[in-house]
Amino acid sequence: MAQYLGFLVLVVLVLAAGCESAVFSPVLESHRSAALELFSPADGSYGSLEETYEALKTFKVLGIEKKHYITTSSCASVAQTLKSTSSVSKDYFHALRINSILNCDLNIEAFRGTESVLKGSLNGANSLIDFYFSIGGLVLLKEQTPEVDVHLVDADKIFRSIKALGQSDGRWRLNSNNPESSNNAAGLALEALAGVISLATPQIDNSLITTMKNDVLKLFDGIERYDDGTYYFDEKHVGALGHQSPLSASASVVRGITAVAATTSEYLNLPGDKILGLAKFFLGVGIPGSAQDLYHQIDALSCLENIRGSTPLILSLPATVISVTKKDQLKVRVSTVLGSPAPTLSVRLMQIFVSGTKDASVIDQKLKFDAVNGMHVLETLPKNIDVGSYVFSFEIIFDNPEHKKTYVTGGRTRVLVDITGVIKIDNAEIVILDGDHGSIETQKKLKLPGGNDVALSANHLQKLRLSFDLATPSGNAFKPHQAFLKLRHESGVDHIFLVGNSGKKFEIILDFLGLVEKFFYLSGRYNIQLTVGDSDMENSFLQPLGYVELDLPDAPEKAARPPPQPVDPYSRYGPKPEIAHIFRAPEKRPAKELSLVFLGLVLVPFFGFLAGLVQLRANLKNFPKATAPSTFAILFHLGIAAVLALYALFWLKLDLFTTLKALGLLGVFLMFVGHKTLSHLASTSSKLKSS
Amino acid sequence: MGKSATTRDVHALFHSLRSAYAATANHLKIIDLYIFFAIATALIQVAYMAIVGSFPFNSFLSGVLSCVGTAVLAVSLRIQVNKDNKEFKDLPPERAFADFVLCNLVLHLVIMNFLG
Repeated sequence: MAQYLGFLVLVVLVLAAGCESAVFSPVLESHRSAALELFSPADGSYGSLEETYEALKTFKVLGIEKKHYITTSSCASVAQTLKSTSSVSKDYFHALRINSILNCDLNIEAFRGTESVLKGSLNGANSLIDFYFSIGGLVLLKEQTPEVDVHLVDADKIFRSIKALGQSDGRWRLNSNNPESSNNAAGLALEALAGVISLATPQIDNSLITTMKNDVLKLFDGIERYDDGTYYFDEKHVGALGHQSPLSASASVVRGITAVAATTSEYLNLPGDKILGLAKFFLGVGIPGSAQDLYHQIDALSCLENIRGSTPLILSLPATVISVTKKDQLKVRVSTVLGSPAPTLSVRLMQIFVSGTKDASVIDQKLKFDAVNGMHVLETLPKNIDVGSYVFSFEIIFDNPEHKKTYVTGGRTRVLVDITGVIKIDNAEIVILDGDHGSIETQKKLKLPGGNDVALSANHLQKLRLSFDLATPSGNAFKPHQAFLKLRHESGVDHIFLVGNSGKKFEIILDFLGLVEKFFYLSGRYNIQLTVGDSDMENSFLQPLGYVELDLPDAPEKAARPPPQPVDPYSRYGPKPEIAHIFRAPEKRPAKELSLVFLGLVLVPFFGFLAGLVQLRANLKNFPKATAPSTFAILFHLGIAAVLALYALFWLKLDLFTTLKALGLLGVFLMFVGHKTLSHLASTSSKLKSS
Repeated sequence: MGKSATTRDVHALFHSLRSAYAATANHLKIIDLYIFFAIATALIQVAYMAIVGSFPFNSFLSGVLSCVGTAVLAVSLRIQVNKDNKEFKDLPPERAFADFVLCNLVLHLVIMNFLG
């Protein structure tokens, strides 16, 4: 949390220093590698003629070697387009553009045919795009084949018809039917007008040229601005040309302005800061993500590199972080947008502002020019500049005053520079003071930054004091963004304190008597951790210092509970605590011997019954003697015995259902034999009675 | 004097009862003997329970009730078989015995199930 606070403070400071202190650097090597990556040909060609042209133009500006097969395939498609009778002015325009880069070996007959088609298209043109393609094609034709006669007789009329599509706010409509105007269309119109002027024989009327110059200046009224000093053109509505981003709209306008500036005899009075702002806009895009955006960026920058009368010069710093300890030197580079060297000039450091404050010191120091690297070097930093964040304000002064008319530098350029260094930490010590007298009980010296492991103990009547000195390499006082002391209890509860300072000395005194409630009355071991950090401090550290055993009084009833510590979210997947099941205590069973005795006792009545039967002279005289009745009788007794045996089995191991099934069978049997036996007995006894 | 009179009366009472009892038919005496020993078994079981406690209670109940139940069935058999009983004059004794056997078998099935 503390680190975030410091970072937030830094961001606010940067934003406050804000306006126009961003650094723009010219086109870099990374642009070349991006171009190779984005413009990778599929199957040996780039698709349409327009895409081929974009790829080739980008490669040409960045100085990338074209592959041979690309050249041959592109030239072949150019030749084919120029010969074909079905091509329209748009196709001729793109083919001729490719030819202007590649200089293909083409037949002059092809050009003648092209010229007639383009002239015809121009005469029948009524929309801005038709004018653009046909005039653009004719201009390219004039450059590439001087033999072919390309001149416009009725240039005035064409000029006026293009102008008719213009509006008072400087923008252009695409055709007379469509009321929507756009900056993109303005760019196309200006290119077309410049083309007409260059093709016109006899020379076009000067008043018309003046109106065109005014249109250009009016167009600049619609320019938009970002806070960091970049200017751009944007489209508010989606036009007939599809959705235009600020990049493509601004690129189109830049092409138009460049074309106009190239045709006029004296310099156009373009607003210098806005041209520089446009250059910064294109450079500020960085590396675009799509091939078309990269083309727009590079094409616009190549136009700005060569614009007549207002060539922007970019002041950039390869490194904005300077280390005092390593004795780095501040280097400044001034170049054109594409990185070409600027004319001889000198860079002066005019002012230094302390970032985030209104303090400024006027320096006016000239930087030494290192011809080998092409850099301007500030050999020594001014005396009062120490570790911290600053805004340096530079000014460019030309050796030749004539250059002021052709180059744009934008006056003062402000750059945010961080001066870093190794901060010295001295006299670090941690002390336990006795509360009443302030006398020192324990004193331990600390080595910062470095490993420390102190073991202290204190009770609630004592105080803990931590003190150290911070100084920059040049010996001045230094106030870092972060100076925190953290005490963390063994249960996880932690408390953070700010270490305040007066000048170089940093000190914090923890009075435990007042902090007892804040610590939630938790006694025990507290780990001590010290954090001292700053974005400009090269040796920022976050150090555990050791621990202090705190003996605090017990918490009263109403004291606040310490906040619950976050539970490790993975602990829920660990083993849970064992559950101890409490079983009902088993019943007390009697002693085995007692049970056996009573088993015997229970059987005694049975034997007594048998003895009684003997005494009563019970006999089996009535048992049937004849075979049939005797078998039934025997079976009857056997059946009863079987049922009793079944019951015994049922008690021992059978279940009720099997028993009932067996019992059913046995019962039926028993019924039958019993009936037979008893009916036989009944008949014999009734026979006896009757006789 | 009174004491000896009462004791003599008691003796006379017992004597007459015994002689009357001796006159009963033999098969009735057998049934009486059976009843007596069934009840005796039940009493022994109750005494055991009194000593060791009533766990498991279902076993105790089934044991006691089997003895008591069979005694009750034997009593009803005796009533039905007794020739002097006018009510069951027309019931053949074999039929009563068959009922006795059947009811005992059902009783003991239930008892065995409840014994556990």
